Formats: sequence, structure tokens, C-alpha cells
Amino acid sequence: MSQARPGSAEIPIQITINGERRCVELQPWTTLLDLLRHDLALTGTKKGCDHGQCGACTVLIDGRRINSCLQLAVMQDGKAITTIEGIGQGSHLHPLQQAFIERDAFQCGYCTPGQICSGIALIEEGNAVTRDEIRELMSGNICRCGAYPNIVDAIQDVLVQRSGVIREAAE
Amino acid sequence: MLKNDPHIGSPRNRVDGPAKVTGAATYAAEFAATDLGHGYIVESAIARGLIRSINVAAAEAAPGVIKVFTHENRPQTAWFTYKYRDQVGPPGSPFRPLYSEEIQYSGQPIALVVATSFDAARDAAALVIVEYAEKPHLTDLSIARKDAYKPPKKRLGIAPPPDPRGDAVKAFSEAPVSVSAEYAIAPEHHNPMEPHATTVIWEGDGKITVHDKTQGVQNSQAYVASVFGLSSDNVRVVAPYVGGGFGSGLRPQHQLFLAVMASLALERSVRVELTRQQMFGHVHRPETINAVALGADADGKLVSIQHHAVAATSQFEDHQENVVNWSGMLYHAPNVDLRYELAKLDIYSPGDMRAPGAPLGLFALESAMDELAIAAKIDPIELRLRNYTDHDENDGKVFTSKELRACYREGAERFGWNKRNARPCSMRDGRELIGWGMASGVWEAGMMKTAARGVFTADGRLELSCATSDIGTGTYTILSQIGAETLGLEMEQVTVKLADSTLPASPVQGGSWTAASAGSAVMAACQDLQAQLFKLARKIDGSPFADASDDDIAFVNGRILLRTNPAKSVLLAEALAASGEEKLEAEKSASPGLIGPMRYAAYTHSAVFAEVRIDAELGQIRVTRIVNAVAAGRILNPKTARSQIIGGVVWGIGMALHEETLTDHRLGRIMNHSLAEYHVPANADIYDIDVVFVEEHDDKASPIGVKGLGEIGIVGTAAAIANAIHHATGKRLRSLPITLDKLLAA
Ligand code: FES
Ligand code: FES
Repeated sequence: MSQARPGSAEIPIQITINGERRCVELQPWTTLLDLLRHDLALTGTKKGCDHGQCGACTVLIDGRRINSCLQLAVMQDGKAITTIEGIGQGSHLHPLQQAFIERDAFQCGYCTPGQICSGIALIEEGNAVTRDEIRELMSGNICRCGAYPNIVDAIQDVLVQRSGVIREAAE
Repeated sequence: MLKNDPHIGSPRNRVDGPAKVTGAATYAAEFAATDLGHGYIVESAIARGLIRSINVAAAEAAPGVIKVFTHENRPQTAWFTYKYRDQVGPPGSPFRPLYSEEIQYSGQPIALVVATSFDAARDAAALVIVEYAEKPHLTDLSIARKDAYKPPKKRLGIAPPPDPRGDAVKAFSEAPVSVSAEYAIAPEHHNPMEPHATTVIWEGDGKITVHDKTQGVQNSQAYVASVFGLSSDNVRVVAPYVGGGFGSGLRPQHQLFLAVMASLALERSVRVELTRQQMFGHVHRPETINAVALGADADGKLVSIQHHAVAATSQFEDHQENVVNWSGMLYHAPNVDLRYELAKLDIYSPGDMRAPGAPLGLFALESAMDELAIAAKIDPIELRLRNYTDHDENDGKVFTSKELRACYREGAERFGWNKRNARPCSMRDGRELIGWGMASGVWEAGMMKTAARGVFTADGRLELSCATSDIGTGTYTILSQIGAETLGLEMEQVTVKLADSTLPASPVQGGSWTAASAGSAVMAACQDLQAQLFKLARKIDGSPFADASDDDIAFVNGRILLRTNPAKSVLLAEALAASGEEKLEAEKSASPGLIGPMRYAAYTHSAVFAEVRIDAELGQIRVTRIVNAVAAGRILNPKTARSQIIGGVVWGIGMALHEETLTDHRLGRIMNHSLAEYHVPANADIYDIDVVFVEEHDDKASPIGVKGLGEIGIVGTAAAIANAIHHATGKRLRSLPITLDKLLAA
């Protein structure tokens, strides 16, 4: 029987995933992405490179968009993670999910969960108004199918809806 | 009103959209299994030679490791190389993973570590110790091209260059206007967003279910059955969602072999996923060098076309594409000489990548046409119109349809081409040089024999099924549209099942033939259901159709009704219920037929217009506007069709400016094997892309008038951009990608 390697003791953490509190024990080197995909069977978050180069693994950590492949899972103790599964399901889609469908902002769909998480955070950040700004601030998410113009359209639709809502509330 | 709002031809949202935006769509590496073994591949560090020794003791002793497979202990597989052939492979000996100690390319899989977790397998893989006996290698096409050869055996489905016509050399030397140059395209890797992966579910009793990243489930199934000596009943291959293919999933890749091998040997479920780095260890677009010489009379009428290409291939296979034949069919010329040769390198076999061959050959031809337009002082569109042809001069066949003139006209209008000042460097905006260029595009409108099944059930629903794939092309959606339209149903009443090897036979999804082929098969199956339903409806007591013929009725809103008196109708479900049957079934196949392809040549065409803005000092190039006017027959769904073309254009921009696999020839090893260093276009690289579908009616290319859209978007785009760069800067760049360093040095 082989020996456990030094440093391989499992570390317990508590995290909230899509609103649900969970206690997990982890190897120190397990990434948040592998925790989601392998251990928790939340495969909506995608692996495109495992090196922070494609954005397919984008999730929201305490509302901020982050490449989950670049995060060690043990560092998420006490944090709240939202994955695509927690964004909207069935007939309760997030407006950006609906906009992606209406605008045909995907083809194969593999980059899509990451694009949507990234887009939602981008809208919250409030730094992008123009198409150029959306393009620039969505450039961490590669879409090999080349759905970029439609992704920008979808995000713009939600930004416009939002500003309408904000204006109504102010009036 | 006899018709529903027509489904065919209307923009419809993707029926697989909800699954894709919620994360519910499941890809090859995401299928669960109990006791799953995770495989990690060890790759060769040298390009050519032998494995002198491979020591797996430390790896096998590592925590969680189940087994390490190498050429020394791999299970027996088929002996003959022909057993490893697949539907679309080229002539030669297909690569056989872990076959022997021989190394044929850098990145070749030489061991598979299987462990209880992905991390454990990856860590143990680093402990495998390999000693090599290196042999000299060659990976540099500029050297290997001196030994280029005409492929002795042709690849199925790829026409070799036609025989020369007239005397192209003499005509060229006598032509008053001529251009001649060499055009090169760097090797490219497909890099679909989803890395290649296979999850094999061990079902017991030698039965396996294989979730493979593939564009052809039945191709993978046949390969697995043949290589491992299994009956095809024991191998089911399923791939409902594929995270991009672009050709990389046409042939079975080595992760399929390795996952099945390990699963059979260990009698447990096994998954093998490639890393992004390992994705550079298999199929890619071959590096290709074109020499093109055009001669014309003073009016710009072509008198001579010579196009010779040499493309890289592996030592073990002769991968072939149509690179040069386009130059013999796109324009009229009396003297034509086309040649296509290969040169062997110590690399993995290249393969089909989005529009294989066409954007390579057309980058050369359409750049040369731009150069000729300048030499002859003729507008580039006018030059193309003067050389227009209404038949394929390679084989004398007339086109099933060709609205390329309309592409030029409508594209130019949308782009504002008439405002172009023909003089290079004449359009400047502050520190940016502006350039406008154009090019033609062409791709085959193919059709392949395909079968489909339709089942109509008592609840008024239709289920369609076919083994073809949807790799992001919109196949689920267009087949739903065809089914709904034919039987007069709502889209929601139709379910489409694809990409399961147990479904009616289909070839791989590629070549832009799926919509025409699977679409025609589905149409035929639904028409058969129409006939069955009509027959039942006539038998109902007091049927309004007692004297009606096929022409008198229509399928609308879930009913059959009399055209002359729509109030008289029978619910489809009612007709079925009255018969006492629970469901109706029809399986039909569609094929191109024999006579049509002998008489006619079927192609899609396009005219691509590009605007570039180039920083005058830094040489930074932006493609700020593309108009792509496409003639592709009937458009089933303008929404998904537009996306297909946009995707192709983005690929063309990548080819023109970004994509290049760089090899260190001293090591024979790829240097930029990551998405940080192999650049694909990002969102900020893509500005306006305007897609125009020109009216084109075609009743010969396929039974449903469809020509296909997967490839045409990329063809011509890189050439249009290179021509725009010349217009902006006066510099002619003949080597793709056109990076800043090349532009500044020119
Ligand atoms: S998988 Fe995390 S950025 Fe690519
Ligand atoms: S939809 Fe395929 S990679 Fe974006």
C-alpha cells in the first residue's frame, strides 16, 4: 500500500454554493473548478484550459467574476459561490440567460456558462456602457464559435432593460 | 389562412438554448459513473526515435493509481493497420496509440496513467521516467518542400487537380498583364472550447457506452468495434452536445482509443480528458504554401491561371484537401495548370479544419486577383465580373445555381464600396490608415446519404431522430422546424434526438452537408407520416376527405384540413386514435441521387468586404467592418444561419491576423501550445460583422433546396482582409497571419 504524500491531508472548509451551505474536505491543491466539476457534479462550469486563459470556468465569488481554475478551493472558506446552475433554471431564467437565447449568443454552448456569469458581473460592475466597453471587458471569455457580436447584443439588451428599470424607479 | 406562420425560413431560437444557458447540456467529460477511473496521458518529449526504456514503477506506486498502460503492457488490439481506418481518414497507416516503442511526433501519447481521481493521475504521470534513442527529425516545411510529391493515392471525396487545359506557361509569358507570387498560411489548431474527452461507461458483460467528443458517433462506434474486435451491439456511442468541433472531431482521436482500451482492460468506467496543451498533440490545419501566377489581357480577361500548392502531412498518412481546384472553377480562363503536392514532416497527421483547403487556396487566388486588378487598373469587383463563369470549367458541369453576381452587388452596396478611393494609402483618419478590400468565396454544396426516423404519437407530438450531430451548428433547431412545418405543428410539439449510434444512419457532421442531408431525410420521413395520417383521416366515419386527394389538403395547427374549405378538418391525434394505433412511424433516407451530381456542380458562393484600420506608427491592425454576402440556396433559419456565417468570419479574422502554431524546429516541438500564446480572436478583436443572404433558388443541390453554411463564412475572409491591408498601407503581405512585425518589416 502506498504512503500518502506529505501535505495531502484533507482540509475541511465551509462554503455556500448557489445558496446552499456545504462542508467539504479537500486536498490543498484541488482547484475550485475541479471541486465543482468532479466532487460536486456541478458540470455547468466548464474547463477550457485550466490556466486562466479562456474564461470558460468563470463563476461568481461573493458576486465577483473569477476564473475558478485559478482559485484553490481551500481558499474559499466562508465564501459564497454562484455557478450557472444557481443563476436561473427552468422557467426562471435570468434576463441575461433569456437574452442569450433571443440573440443567439452561443453555438456549441461550451463557453456560455462562463460568458453569462461574466456578463452578469460586468453589468453589476457598471463600467461598461458602450459596445466597445462591453467588448473590452468581456475579452477574458473566449468563444471559439465566434458568437461575440451576439454576446455583445445580449449584454446590451440587459443593460438597456436595466437602465429603463432604474429610470422608472427614479421617476 | 391555410398556413401556420411558416417555421422554415423564419428566425427561430435554438431549441437547445435553455439547456445551454443553464449548464444542463452535458458534454463528453461530464457524464458520471460509479468507480470512474481517470486517465491522464503522458506524451513523448522528442519528435522522432525510439523509447529505449519507460519506467512506471514510481507512477504505479503513487496514491490512487490503478494502472499505467504503455506499449509494453497494453492489451492486444487489432493487428492490421486497416482496422484502424475510419470513414474520413486519408490514405496511409492511421496512428495506433501505444502500439510500439517508435516515436513519430512530439506530443505522441506514450503512456496512460489511470487513477481514482484526475489529480492523482496527473501527478503520477509526472513520475513516469522515459529514456529515448533520438533520431533526426524534420518539421520545417520550407526544407521538406524540396521533396514534395504528388499523393500517389487519392483521398476519398477529394478530387485531385484536373488535367491542365491549354498551355498556361506560354499564355502567361505572352500576357500583357501578369502577376506571380508565393502565398503561405501557417499551421493552425482547431482549439474547440471543449477539450477532447471520452467517458466510457462500463455496462458489464463487455458492453460499453461511450460519451465521445466526436462529430460522428457511428464513425467512432465503427472504429472502436474494429480496433477492439467488439460487436457493434456492444458499443454505443453518444454525443448529444459537442463543445465545438470545426473538424477536430471528424476522425476518432487518441483519447477515444485510450479510454476504451483502459475500460475494457480494467472492466470499469474510465474517462480520458486532454489538457489544452495536449490539444496541440493531434489534428491541425496543414501549413500550406501556394504559388500563383495569373496572366490577363489588357481588359483584365484572364488568359492563364497557374496555381501550385504544397502542404504538410505526416510521415504515416497523406492528408489531402482541395486547395487549388477552386482556381479552375471560380473564373473563366482558357489556359489553366493546377498542382497539389504534399511534403512529409515528423508531425501528427493534419486533418480537416473549417473549410479544409478553401481559405488556403483562396487566400492565394484572391490576393493575386487583387494584385491583378491593380496591375490592370480595374476595380476588383469589375475584374471578377469580367471573368465570371456559369459553369465549373474543371469538369464542364453547369452550376445548380450561382448568385455570385448578386453577392458582389448587394455586398458592395451594403459596404459602400462605391465610396472607395482605389489608390492605396488614400483613406486616413487621424493616426489610423483605413483600407477597404474584397474577395470572393466558394465552397461545395454537398449532400450525403442520411436516414431519419419520425414517430407521431397519440398526444399529438412528433419525435425525430437521426445519428447526425449538432456541434453548435443548429441541427436540433432546423430539424425541429422542418418537422413542425411539414406536419403543421408547433415547434414545442417536436422533439429531436441526435448523436446516438443506435439512431438511423448518418455520416459524420462536416463539409457543410448536414442541413441538406439530415434535413432532406427528416423531410422525407415527415412526408411519409403525412401520407399515413391522411390515409387514416380518410377512414374516419364521415371523413371530410372521402373524395380528397393529396393536393386538396393541408397540415395546419395539428390538423389536416381541406384547402377549399378549411372549416372541414380532422385533428391528427384524432385520426391516429380512430385507427386504434398508438403511434405512427416512418424511417426514410435521402441521398444525392446518381444523375444530379453527374450533370451539375453545386457550390455556395460569397463576396466578402473588409475594412481595416491600422495604426500608422505601431502597425496594429483592427478589422472594423466585414460585410459577407452569401448565396447558399434556401435559408432554413436566418437567426442560426447568420450565427454560422459570423462564426466563419471570426475564424477568417483569426486566420488573417492571429492564428499560428509555432514550432521550434530544433526540437520538432510546438512552442505556443496554450490559449495564451496561440491567439484566437477575443471579443475585443471583433467589431461589426454584417451578413447578407442573397436570394438564391436551387432545386438541384438537395431535395430541400439547402446548400449548407458551416464553411462558407471563413472562405475569402482572410483574403479580403489582406487586400484591405494593402489598400490601407500599400504593402502586400503574402504570409498569414499578418502580424505587426511582418507589417512593420514590409
Ligand atoms: S478553464 Fe479557467 S480560464 Fe480556462
Ligand atoms: S458557443 Fe462555442 S465556444 Fe462559445
